[in-house]
Amino acid sequence: MPNSPLTPGIVPGRLPAEAYDRNFGDLYPPFDRHEAAVAADRCYFCHDAPCVAACPTAIDIPLFIRQIQAGNPEGAAKTILSQNILGGMCARVCPTETLCEEACVREAAEGQPVEIGRLQRYATDALMARGIHPFTRAAPTGRRVAVVGAGPAGLACAHRLALHGHEVTVFDARPKPGGLNEYGIAAYKTAGGFAQAEVEWLLKIGGIRIETGKALGRDLALEDLRRDFDAVFLGIGLAGVNALAAEGEDCAGVRDAVDFIAELRQTADLSRLPIGRDVVVIGGGMTAVDAAVQAKLLGAENVTIVYRRGRAAMGASAYEQEHAAATGVRIITGAAPLRIIGNGAVREVEFAYTEEGPEGLRLTADTFRLKADQVFKAIGQTLAGVPEGLKLAGRKIAVEGPGRTSLPGVWAGGDCAAGGDDLTVTAVAEGRDAAEDIHRKLMAG
Amino acid sequence: MANLATEFVGIRSPNPFWLASAPPTDKEYNVVRAFRAGWGGVVWKTLGAEGPPIVNVNGPRYGVVWGPDRRVLGLNNIELITDRPLEVNLREIKQVKRDWPDRAMVVSLMVPCDEESWKAILKRVEETEADAVELNFGCPHGMSERGMGSAVGQVPEYIEMVTRWCKMHTRMPVLVKLTPNITDIRYPARAAKRGGADAVSLINTISSITSVNLDTMSPEPSIDGKGTHGGYCGPAVKPIALNMVAEIARDPETAGLPISGIGGITTWRDAAEFLALGAGTVQVCTAAMTYGFRIVQEMIAGLSDWMDAKGYSSVAEVTGRAVPNVTDWQYLNLNYVTKARIDQQLCIKCGRCYAACEDTSHQAIWMKPGRVFEVNDAECVACNLCVDVCPVEGCITMERLPAGAVDARTGRVVSGDYANWTTHPNNPMARAAE
Repeated sequence: MPNSPLTPGIVPGRLPAEAYDRNFGDLYPPFDRHEAAVAADRCYFCHDAPCVAACPTAIDIPLFIRQIQAGNPEGAAKTILSQNILGGMCARVCPTETLCEEACVREAAEGQPVEIGRLQRYATDALMARGIHPFTRAAPTGRRVAVVGAGPAGLACAHRLALHGHEVTVFDARPKPGGLNEYGIAAYKTAGGFAQAEVEWLLKIGGIRIETGKALGRDLALEDLRRDFDAVFLGIGLAGVNALAAEGEDCAGVRDAVDFIAELRQTADLSRLPIGRDVVVIGGGMTAVDAAVQAKLLGAENVTIVYRRGRAAMGASAYEQEHAAATGVRIITGAAPLRIIGNGAVREVEFAYTEEGPEGLRLTADTFRLKADQVFKAIGQTLAGVPEGLKLAGRKIAVEGPGRTSLPGVWAGGDCAAGGDDLTVTAVAEGRDAAEDIHRKLMAG
Repeated sequence: MANLATEFVGIRSPNPFWLASAPPTDKEYNVVRAFRAGWGGVVWKTLGAEGPPIVNVNGPRYGVVWGPDRRVLGLNNIELITDRPLEVNLREIKQVKRDWPDRAMVVSLMVPCDEESWKAILKRVEETEADAVELNFGCPHGMSERGMGSAVGQVPEYIEMVTRWCKMHTRMPVLVKLTPNITDIRYPARAAKRGGADAVSLINTISSITSVNLDTMSPEPSIDGKGTHGGYCGPAVKPIALNMVAEIARDPETAGLPISGIGGITTWRDAAEFLALGAGTVQVCTAAMTYGFRIVQEMIAGLSDWMDAKGYSSVAEVTGRAVPNVTDWQYLNLNYVTKARIDQQLCIKCGRCYAACEDTSHQAIWMKPGRVFEVNDAECVACNLCVDVCPVEGCITMERLPAGAVDARTGRVVSGDYANWTTHPNNPMARAAE
C-alpha cells in the first residue's frame, strides 16, 4: 500500500506523484504580458520614490516599471541588473512586503502595492530567456581577486569585479555555486533550477572562475589567499547552526532545518524524500517557515512551528506567517522546548509557555507536549570557520564602510559580516559595494 | 549602443529629446535640472517684446482630462508667454548655454506683428549665443486676442512675412512653430517654407475646454466662475499631431523641410513614431509636467534599445522612414481582404466584440451556446472594431485571405494584384485600366 499523510514515521511518497510538481512549482506564476502591463500601469512614477529608498540595492524601480509600460522589458531588466546582478533571484525571494512593496504609496493609499517583485521577475525573465548578458567587461586590469563563497554576496562581488576588468576566482565549499540560493531557500520560491541558471548567466560576463569543493580553513588558508591574490572578499555566510540545548536533542528524527532544506533542494524527485507524519519546527524565522511549509507540501499530516516569543518578534514576516498558515502549518508562539522525548527516535516534544519579563524571557510552569516523529531546529545560524586575525563585532566579522575588515586587503559581506539584514538582497548590495571599494583600492595602486 | 546624437538644422544635441517651450523651460533653475536629468535640449519659454512683463491669471492655469486611475491623458492651459522680465530671461539663457554647450538651446519668441519688433528681439537673442529661435505662431489663448500667437499662425501670409523678416534679421536658424487650430496644416507649413524657415515645429496646443463644472456651470479651469478656452496637449493629442507631421513630410511642396515633432510624446515609442513620420527631433512637455524630468531616461534607453534591435545606428536613419507608407485613401489596395479571427484559447468571453459588431457594425460575430464567439466571414467587412475593443491583446486578429481564396461576403475570388479606387469600376472618375 502506498504511503499517505497518515503513514507513521519518516517515509517518502506520502502524496500522489503529480502533487509534487504542483506543490513545488512557482508559488506565484510569472506574469504574462498582459498581467505585467496591468500591474505596471499602477505605478505612479513617484518622485524620489520610497520604494527605491526601501530597496537595499536601490534599484530604480519607477524607471524599470515605466520601461515595462513602454514595452521595453529588456531595458527594464538592464535598469534592474545594473544595480542588482541577482535581480532575478531577488524578484523571487525578496520579502518585498517588508521592503519596496511596503513602501509603495499605493500600499498606503489602497492597501495594495504595485507588485514590484513580480514585475521585476517579468523583466529579468524576459532578458534571461533571450540569453542576453547586457554588460561588457572592461579591459583586463591584470589584478586578481579571490572571492570566498559563491552565494549572493560573493557572486555580486565577483560580477562587479569582473565588470571592472579584474580576474576573479570564486571558491565555494559546496559542490555547486549559489550559496543559499541553491541550498537554502524554499524550492517553490525558485522553481525550475533558476539558481544555477542565474549563476551560468552571471558568469557570461567573463573573467570569473569558480572552484567548488574548496572550504576556507579546510582547503584554503586566508594567508595563502592574501599572498596569492591582490584582494580577498569573504562571503562565507553562516555555516554553523545554533543548538537547542534541550534534553534529547540527539534523538533520531531531530535535525537542523537548514540541512533538511538543502537536501530537499538537491533532491530531483521529491516523492523519494522522506518526511515525518507529525513534524515540529522550532524557531521563528524564514528558515522555520520554509522548512515547515515544505514539510507540509511533502505530505506531512501535522506541521507545527513553535516559537519562544510573540508573533511580532518572529523573524518571518506577517506575510510569511500567513503563507504558512494558508498551507496548513500551525504556529504556536510563546513556548520554548524543554526536552525531546523518545526512545532512540523522537516521539514527542515537551514545551513550556514563556513570559516576557523585565529580565528577559522566562519559562512558566505551564507545559504541553506535541506528538512528533520529526523535529527541525531553526533557531538561527552562526558564523563558523572564521580565520584567525579577523576582528569580530558581536558574532560576525567586523566591517567598516563598504565591507573593509580589520585585515588589509580583506573585505567581507553578506550574512557573515556585521550590519544589515540577513537577506539575499542585502548580501548583493554588500558584495557589490565591496567590489567597488576593492576596485578603487586596486586602481589607486 | 545606438548613437542618439542629432544635428537638426545645424543644432547639435546629445539626443533628440528637447523640452518644448512651456512652463518647464521658463527659467534657469528648471532648465538646469532638465539638463542634469539628461534632456538633449530645450526651447526656452516664449519671450515677448521689451516692456512691462506679461500678466497671468492668479487662479488655476491648467485643466485636465483623466483616464482610468487618474492617469493624465490631456492637459490644457491658459498660461501666457513668460511673465518674467526679458532681461532676466536673456541673461539666464546666455548663462545656461555657456554652462551646457552640448545641449540645444532654442529660444521661443512672440512679439507684435511688425518688422521692428522682430528685428529688435532677434538682436537681443543673438547676444545670448543661443542655437536658434522658434517663432511662436501657435498659442491659441490670450496672446492671440492681441494679434499674436495663433492669430498669426492662422494666416499663412503673416507666417511667411514674419518668417522672412526673421531670416533677414538674424543668422540663427529659424524654426516656425505651427498651430493645429487651422483646417489644413500644409498651408501654414508651405508659408513658413516660402518665408525661408529652416524648420517647422508642431503641433502647438489645441483650443479646448477640458470640462464644465456642473454645479457652478463654469468651464474648467475656472477663474472666479468663468473659464476660457485653453491650449490642449498631452497623450490625447498625439494622433492629431502625428497626422499633421506626416502631412507636411509627404507634401511635395514641403517634403524635406526639417520637422521638430511635438504632441503627447510620453515614451520612447511615441518619439520613434514622430521620427518615423518625418521628425528630426521631438519636443516634450506634458510628460515632464506629469512625471518630472527623469522621464527622459526611459525615452533615451527605450529609443536606444529599439534602434539597436532594429539595426539603426543614428536618429537620422529613423527620420522619415514611415513617410513613404502614408498615402491617400484612393491609393489603398482594395484587393487586400482580411477577416477577423478569434483565438478561442485566449478569449475570456466578455462579449465586447459581439456587442460592438452586433450593435454598431456588420453583425459578423455569432454568439454561440457557452458564450463562444465566432466570426461569420459572410458578413465580416474586416473593420477592425472587434480587435480594437477586445481587452485581450492578440485574441482577435485580422488575417489576410490569400490570393485565390473566395471572400465569403462578396463571393469573389481574392486577387493577388494591387488595385485601388482610381481604377475601380464604381468610380465615375476612374481612369481606364488600359
